[in-house]
Amino acid sequence: MSDMATLATVLFAMIGGAIRVSTPFLFVSLGECVTEKAGRINLGLEGTLVLGAMAAYMVAYETGDPWLGVLAAGCAGLILGTMHATLCSLPRVNDVAIGIALMSFGTGLAFFFGKPYIQPQAPRLPSVELGGWLGNPQLAEALTVNPLFFIGVALAFFLRWAFDNTRYGLLLRMAGDSVAASRAMGVSVDGVRLAATAAGGFLSGIGGAFLSLYYPGSWNEALSSGQGLMAVALVIFARWDPQRCFYAAMLFGAAGALGPALQSVGIVKGYYFFNAAPYILTLLIMIGAGRDGKAARAMPSELGVQR
Amino acid sequence: MDFDKLSRRTVLKSAAATGLVSALGARAAQAQAPLVVGAIYVGPRDDFGYNQAHAIGIAELKKVRGVKVVEEENVPETIAVQKTMESMIQLDGAKLIVATSFGYFDPHMLAMAAKFPQVEFRHAVGLWDEKKHPKNAGSYFGYLDQAHYVNGVAAGLVTKTKKIGFIAAKPIPSLLRNINAVLVGARKNTPDATVTVIFTGDWSLPVREAEATNALIDAGCDVITCHVDSPKVVVQTAERRGAMVLGHNASQASLAPRGFVTGAEYKWETIYQGFAGNLAKGEKLPNWVRGGYDLDYVRNTAYGAAATEPARRAADAAIADMKAGKPIFVGPFKDNKGTVVGTKTYDNYAPELEGMNYLIEGVVGSTS
Repeated sequence: MSDMATLATVLFAMIGGAIRVSTPFLFVSLGECVTEKAGRINLGLEGTLVLGAMAAYMVAYETGDPWLGVLAAGCAGLILGTMHATLCSLPRVNDVAIGIALMSFGTGLAFFFGKPYIQPQAPRLPSVELGGWLGNPQLAEALTVNPLFFIGVALAFFLRWAFDNTRYGLLLRMAGDSVAASRAMGVSVDGVRLAATAAGGFLSGIGGAFLSLYYPGSWNEALSSGQGLMAVALVIFARWDPQRCFYAAMLFGAAGALGPALQSVGIVKGYYFFNAAPYILTLLIMIGAGRDGKAARAMPSELGVQR
Repeated sequence: MDFDKLSRRTVLKSAAATGLVSALGARAAQAQAPLVVGAIYVGPRDDFGYNQAHAIGIAELKKVRGVKVVEEENVPETIAVQKTMESMIQLDGAKLIVATSFGYFDPHMLAMAAKFPQVEFRHAVGLWDEKKHPKNAGSYFGYLDQAHYVNGVAAGLVTKTKKIGFIAAKPIPSLLRNINAVLVGARKNTPDATVTVIFTGDWSLPVREAEATNALIDAGCDVITCHVDSPKVVVQTAERRGAMVLGHNASQASLAPRGFVTGAEYKWETIYQGFAGNLAKGEKLPNWVRGGYDLDYVRNTAYGAAATEPARRAADAAIADMKAGKPIFVGPFKDNKGTVVGTKTYDNYAPELEGMNYLIEGVVGSTS
């Protein structure tokens, strides 16, 4: 293979990887973003992701309709989110601890009910082919996109707009920035946080549906391998901005594709290093972003409060 | 007192021994409990792969009279497996522990074998050494490279791009041996065939396995195979992309109705039935169990839609060769860095092959 073709293969793989791998990161980080904007941390989204993946696979297999599976995943996430919010609204309850408990709960529940669904094959979500006209099979494959990706992208930009320009966005940010101000306005802080956490759970569940019904497109217990936790970290990296969550998820997906792509074209030295690329990249950007103090200012101020 | 070694169970045991828990002691003394076998898996038992292959074999053990099987799945290759073993021995009374994953052996199984000399430990994959390791431990393994060699022979005749893609987990000897066997098989009839390897870094990483499959197909490989715990994702992704597939560990034929060629499968049940026979007769288990096609420890999956007539004939002939004990690794051969690593022809049982730490010429990839 010539150098140009090699470069093109790696490049296409990274574009394809960004589109294929980013969607679950995007949905979970958007969900966490909404939750944290309201002043609550939900660390349990890894569990929500896994439970969503299982619920989606189960319902899609039983009904034959993958979109019903997506809805089921969202509902499973909604229930876990509501549980988190309800437990956290009790006095002297720490949301980080509850989040970790619900992470174990979600994955445990998913493994328990998911046992009979490891073997069968559920119908897969359809995809849209955007690159067929290019006449390049690699690029065509990279540009075969699932509708959930578009929904996620649209949602990222919509949420960014809604946080700044709508009444609900303002109420949400107020609950996250100042409990006192919310109370003075006569707004129920717990109510806002309940809605935000439930909505966040819903989105994370859909991220799980993407994993089990589209890419990699099967249910087993190692399916998520920590993607939910990484997505929670991406929110800090994206400074609580939904639009930046999208960029971060794309970057993360592309970096993840680097390791396999380099090996496939014969650049085989140091693949452990390249496989770690997403994490190294995140670390470097976090260090860079942390230096100017902007990240600290962007953080919802109620998040830091120890209860 | 050494508090590090003091566990709840150790305390219970010493309490029972000194008669403090006399009721418990009396129960333990009652005669003729069934022989308990503990089986430990690193992943789920129904993963279309390695763990499923073992679980099918273990299911045969359960049918033996007087044998009771306790199983635990999803046990990581950490101190957790020691706790599992200890609990199987202390609480369930296991007399034989079957540890099926590579990383269970050192230091975990060795530590437990030293602690419980009256219990037999057997480990799949070859690491037990008569000179170094306890006598109540041992290892058993099927030479899956023989079935991978047959895979390679078939692949060499169906590939059009002459490039075979291999998704591998970690560069351990038994895995490198499978990659090399695929290459040798493919080159039997297609001397310029190559095998491109992607190492994912762990036994079960579905997203990265899917990425690796896509990357290999993008790079021009038209036959895909793998050595990961559960080949389900690899096989499904390759099938979607229209590539041909060679299976691994268990049968994945149903996952690729268009692209399936054949697959390398373990037949653990032959080995486990052998163990069960020893146990039933009260004999000591062998410490070192090895075999391939010659002893019916491995097999190839029935040919799929992508296996052409010439490929089937050549693969059938290769199976006959393996049953007859014909060597795969015919010397002299070089590794893919140009160093001569095989100075002679190795018999399929040659101990040197179990320490294989290189990729031979024609494999694109690196072990580090």
